[in-house]
Amino acid sequence: MSFSIDEDYARRLKRRHLASRVFERACLVVTWSSVTILAVLLGLLLYQAWGWLDLAFLTRHNHYEADRAGVLSGVWGSCWLMLLTAFLCVPVGVGTAVYLEEYAKPNWLTRQIRLNVANLAGVPSVVYGILGFTVFVRFFGLFDRPQTYALNFGMTSIEFHLPLGAVILSGGMTLALLSLPVVVIASQEALRSVPASLRHASYALGATRWQTIWNQVLPAATPGIATGVILAVSRAVGETAPLVVLGAATQISFNPGRINSVVDIVRSPGKLANVPFDSFTALPLLIYGWVNEIDAERFAHVAAAGIIVLLGLLLLMNGAAIYIRQHFRRKIRW
Amino acid sequence: MSSTPPPLKAIHVPGGPVPPGSSRRTANGGEEQPARPPKFVTSNMSFYYGAHQALFNINMTIPERAVTALIGPSGCGKSTYLRSLNRMNDIIEGTRVTGDVLLDGQDIYASDVDVVALRKRIGMVFQKSTPFPKSIFDNVAYGPRIAGERRRSTIVDLVEHCLKQAALWNEVKDRLRDSAMALSGGQQQRLCIARALATSPEVLLMDEPASALDPASTARIEDLIFELKQNYTIVIVTHNMQQAARISELTAFFCLGRLVEIGVTRQIFTNPEQKETEDYITGRFG
Repeated sequence: MSFSIDEDYARRLKRRHLASRVFERACLVVTWSSVTILAVLLGLLLYQAWGWLDLAFLTRHNHYEADRAGVLSGVWGSCWLMLLTAFLCVPVGVGTAVYLEEYAKPNWLTRQIRLNVANLAGVPSVVYGILGFTVFVRFFGLFDRPQTYALNFGMTSIEFHLPLGAVILSGGMTLALLSLPVVVIASQEALRSVPASLRHASYALGATRWQTIWNQVLPAATPGIATGVILAVSRAVGETAPLVVLGAATQISFNPGRINSVVDIVRSPGKLANVPFDSFTALPLLIYGWVNEIDAERFAHVAAAGIIVLLGLLLLMNGAAIYIRQHFRRKIRW
Repeated sequence: MSSTPPPLKAIHVPGGPVPPGSSRRTANGGEEQPARPPKFVTSNMSFYYGAHQALFNINMTIPERAVTALIGPSGCGKSTYLRSLNRMNDIIEGTRVTGDVLLDGQDIYASDVDVVALRKRIGMVFQKSTPFPKSIFDNVAYGPRIAGERRRSTIVDLVEHCLKQAALWNEVKDRLRDSAMALSGGQQQRLCIARALATSPEVLLMDEPASALDPASTARIEDLIFELKQNYTIVIVTHNMQQAARISELTAFFCLGRLVEIGVTRQIFTNPEQKETEDYITGRFG
């Protein structure tokens, strides 16, 4: 060392560098241990699913025999649930966040709403299941027995029951409620991070509050909002407990709305109207069902295959969502 | 927007003694002042952030089609005064104005004044350039679009006209679709001026528009201000004494929330009436 430092300082410096290195290693160990556990889990699943996860498994409906079980109705069910959940919770969640961040005056009521939204994010999913069962599936038991209604729209007719029963709409609304707090909080965060100078510049040009929010604030917040929605909805779609409580079936051998392919939608879009009012099953439900089968040994393989399909679906969804987010980010020309 | 309380005339100022200057400034009487009709007349205006009073009994006249510079040490209230002229302070919770602020003889704080329409008449340029994260074209077109202009050809002409007025057209005419964020600091600030001009305002308020720019860009902005004052009433806040001396007809010196002195710029800088003004200008404080 070319410059002189006193001995005490040098000794302490050595200790400080040591502590720094130790901390770095500790973080490394923690990171790798969790990654390793995940890798082991995934490896085990793949090993178990090997030979069971094939095209037939993907294109078959569920069956009580392990060899003939499939995920098709579950994949469709989960996809519809996902769409409906996102469709319901985005406008409500973003609207709530815009109100709380942009309009609401900071008074007692707003503070209570904020606090409770944060609390709702911590409520266990099974509670939402009970809520959905009472409100959507049974309509508080106000009906003695289910009534069937049919609406005709020339090309298509919609048939539904009141109370709704365990249909996709009930599931979608329940999962939307479940994701709502997370969407609201993430959207609030995104709105808050939009610089005030952007708002002021817009106001100074004679923009109304709504024009400022719509033209400046929301576009700037969209990537952040999208991230929150993706996280919340993929979390919700992986949920089993609320769907079990709702009473969704596992042994279902048709796809919701009898839509079996994208071609079906193009050919007869009228079928879409029936999707929300159809019974359904979902991937996590199927997996839950298989884990509880008596023929545990063989169904373990089926369950592993199902889990891989679910993970694949969520990965695909996240990929699509990340693409959407990047698209919006490019549209804002920072 | 919250409606403001009716203007209280003759409010008694709490706090310290009023400096002698504020009671006898020469807003409209000075014989050397250019004979222009007044655009803004502020009388007995006080401004409060909650319980904190930021401006005390401001009496001031801002003439039409001229540059009025507001100078003074940091925190003296000159920016607050500037922002109260287009009611940008309304955005901040708990602010309050008493006294009168008249634009062409009309009280802008009257309950029947629509603040959106008011701000269309009064353009504003901020210290930090704030282009929207959109294309150069969309930035300039924003004002007319939100005002309801839909005709494409009108907007195209207007954008070109405003960019020319802001002396930016030649630099950006081939890349109007590019992001405004890619422009240099000086270009961004001229873009903000073009954007403000696009709503066809009568007044331009500028809050230290050149304080973050290099000397060359500053000179361009100053040239621009010199051009624009033919058609617009300009009020500019600046920390740069030379700048105030170069570009303005009138200079107002603020200190501790009070208007100490307002007068013809040359006189303020060569022979100020108040000792405080002289001290500030010669660099003895501030």
